[in-house]
Amino acid sequence: MSAKKYFSLIALITVLYVAFLFLTNASLDFYTITVLSNIYIFVILAVSYNLINGVTGQFSLEPNGFVAIGAYVTALLILTPGEKLDAFTLAKPLDFIAAIHIGNPYLVLVISGVVSSLVALTLAFPVFRVRGDYLAIVTLGFGLIIRFILINNPQISNGSSGISGIDDFANYIMVGVVALITVILVYNIVYSKFGRAMKAVRDDEDAALAMGVDTMKIKTLAFVSSAFFEGMAGGLLASSIGSISPDQFSFMLTFQLLVIIVLGGLGSISGSIIATFLVMGGMEILRVLDDRNFEFLGLHGVPGLRMVVFSVLLIVIMIFARRGLLGDKEIWELKK
Amino acid sequence: MIELKNVTMKFGGVVAINNLSFKVSLGETFGLIGPNGAGKTTVFNIITGHYKPTNGKVFFKNEDITGKSPDYIVKLGIARTFQNIRLFGSMSVLENVLIGFHNHMDYSFFEALFRFPKFFKEEERFKKEALLILKILGLEKKANYKATSLSYGEQRKVEIARALATSPSLLLLDEPAAGMNPKESDELANILDIIKKEFDLTILLIEHDMKFVQKVCNRVLVLDYGKTIFEGKPSDMLKDEKVIKAYLGDFDVES
Amino acid sequence: MEFFIQQLINAFSLGSMYALIAIGYTMVYGVLRLINFAHGDFMMVGAFLVYLFIALLNLNFFVAVGFSIVLTALIGVLSYKVAYKPLLDKDAPKISLLITAIGISFFLESLFNLLSNQLVGENTLAFMAPSFFSNRIEIGGVGFSVLNAIVPVLTLLILGGVLFILYKTKIGIAIRALAFDISTVKLMGIDSNKIIAFVFALGASLAAVGGILYAIAYPSISPYMGLMIGLKAFAAAVVGGIGSVTGAVIGGFILGIVEILIPGFFPSLGGYKDAFAFILLIFVLLFKPTGIMGIDFEKKRF
Repeated sequence: MSAKKYFSLIALITVLYVAFLFLTNASLDFYTITVLSNIYIFVILAVSYNLINGVTGQFSLEPNGFVAIGAYVTALLILTPGEKLDAFTLAKPLDFIAAIHIGNPYLVLVISGVVSSLVALTLAFPVFRVRGDYLAIVTLGFGLIIRFILINNPQISNGSSGISGIDDFANYIMVGVVALITVILVYNIVYSKFGRAMKAVRDDEDAALAMGVDTMKIKTLAFVSSAFFEGMAGGLLASSIGSISPDQFSFMLTFQLLVIIVLGGLGSISGSIIATFLVMGGMEILRVLDDRNFEFLGLHGVPGLRMVVFSVLLIVIMIFARRGLLGDKEIWELKK
Repeated sequence: MIELKNVTMKFGGVVAINNLSFKVSLGETFGLIGPNGAGKTTVFNIITGHYKPTNGKVFFKNEDITGKSPDYIVKLGIARTFQNIRLFGSMSVLENVLIGFHNHMDYSFFEALFRFPKFFKEEERFKKEALLILKILGLEKKANYKATSLSYGEQRKVEIARALATSPSLLLLDEPAAGMNPKESDELANILDIIKKEFDLTILLIEHDMKFVQKVCNRVLVLDYGKTIFEGKPSDMLKDEKVIKAYLGDFDVES
Repeated sequence: MEFFIQQLINAFSLGSMYALIAIGYTMVYGVLRLINFAHGDFMMVGAFLVYLFIALLNLNFFVAVGFSIVLTALIGVLSYKVAYKPLLDKDAPKISLLITAIGISFFLESLFNLLSNQLVGENTLAFMAPSFFSNRIEIGGVGFSVLNAIVPVLTLLILGGVLFILYKTKIGIAIRALAFDISTVKLMGIDSNKIIAFVFALGASLAAVGGILYAIAYPSISPYMGLMIGLKAFAAAVVGGIGSVTGAVIGGFILGIVEILIPGFFPSLGGYKDAFAFILLIFVLLFKPTGIMGIDFEKKRF
């Protein structure tokens, strides 16, 4: 589409959406606002995770690792030295960790994203050089190692006790706006020569190579971009929850995102957004499955049942409806 | 334009290509003929850098390109199509052709990310160029169709359009007339003629359809078990004893 | 010197457990080019089933072990038939298979988490093995447990057994043919389905053995233990050369040596032993992706 059409569309969407944000902020109760805020953060995560997995077709299990990095970078930057000395209960923080402080939350978020990207860059080099399915196992290990480092190095992370008292700059409006910006930026990537090249790599990597696409560079680009937004989302999570600990960034987070992007349709931005609402909403509703007091047709809820149902859901979707809701199309392309 | 010197390709114990040497001159249409399994597609894969030959060298415009990476070779000006059509299934005809333009579109990641004017300019420019190529091949009306929804013959043409978008000086076509009826292959022969002139091309093609070969090729080389058994004019090929022996009944000739 | 030999024995013991799990990983990758993420969880299933059989049904330890191995093998075959085969038959893209594998992995972890909580009341359990495993033997001033003496020997015997199957039996030849070129094998009228099911069964039972031995040596078991250990076993398989059974065992031993000897001689690095597998993996990918036994699967035929 032309520049004029594009910017008019962006302006329209932004105005409507921001109005919607202010309206809901004023009229909805605190609980709903909190849930929505969380959903917006997961939209950021889903849309970025979809970039490497869905659009580029490279199976990766990276989100929990980069979210953790982003969260901790944000926490360590936004807290003042005094606050940090209070927050570190298990060990005295390293000098430069205690001293470093940046007050501007937007700058902090961007730095969190950048740090995640740099880590992604170093991972990308050994992994993408080699053909094969190693990305998944390396990112799986990466997530485990990050958690491991966070737990075993209290002088940088306060170990398993985590860090609390993080500023709540991530209010509903801010999170909503960052989500919008992320979706627009990811859209801009996908609908450009870079996005086309990513899809080409997904569809037929050898043919893409034969057409002059530097497939290693494209895969790295997708991976690093995903990491950036995931790191930023981690920072938003840290601020909105107020406290972080290594357990929050376990494989379960990645698994949840995997279900979301598969349900929405691998490669579809709008699919990921819709699926985030469905899955996050669904998980809230399914919470009852874990409750012993819940009864349905004579069967009781059991702790841990929710996750079992969840994993069965993923398997069933993969076997019977692996293209998910929208396949690789966007909601505005459905008539094709 | 392109020269293979003493190229041998071994896969484990199997000798796919045995001491092959030939030259293709600028502006020629050169045919690589042979029974199935003779090693023709392997030759293509060696030229495009997907395989590194066990022995021998490949020269393109006097530069040694043996074993260089596929995307480097594309940038040098060699493009190819595939025997079993390999279009990008999730994308439209137009988007497939635009992939060919990937290295020519001159905007950076950040210019795309933040939608700078350069982005819109380049996208518009290359969309027009892609449609031009499609027009020459008679496909501009189907530009927005999903590439794999087209007929087999049309998909072949999309592959050619995509290869043309990379601005090649040498075009490698792997069985372009396969699966086509006589009317379609005649049309293809005409198109090859047009694009050769329009884009200043040298063409190296693999084919089984002898009528097509007679029509379009200036010279041919016949391979059998990875070795040359004939090199020369297409009309002479059909009279050569060795060729007839290798092929007894193996190709369709209107004799 | 005694200290070194002691640590070496521990290293081979731990390495054997990784090796047993790695064999299954490498064989499934060999025939399907699939990294079966759920494979690491088979080791957890093996250990948990033994625990549950003893705690709930009061079975004798070795009977429980026998049942556990058989049941785990069945679960392995079931996961193939229910989840992977339908996708393979539909010619689904590789990424679908990998995602499904994750689903199965998570399913097994959640299921055993639930079972454990329901049947026993908590999910981190103390594995009870017959005490003679921890009896200590002493030879020439070097002391080690009965378990550490048995495990490497058992593993080498099992390796011998697997290699015998692969090279001297009909089904073994079929497995190796499948690993080389699956489409040709199908065209020859061989039922690739049964062969693949066999590979899953074999791999899963070996993982169960590895898991049970691991639980005897490190008696605290949890439903999520398969994740980390599976990852390490996979790293071992890659180091040894993915696709090679001997490589899997070599890789397992190397990992065991690295994990035990490095902290043994540099105690301050002890906290990082879990990271060694990951570092080894990255190292191999950087310098020799085909691993020690080096089979290159990526030669694509156009």
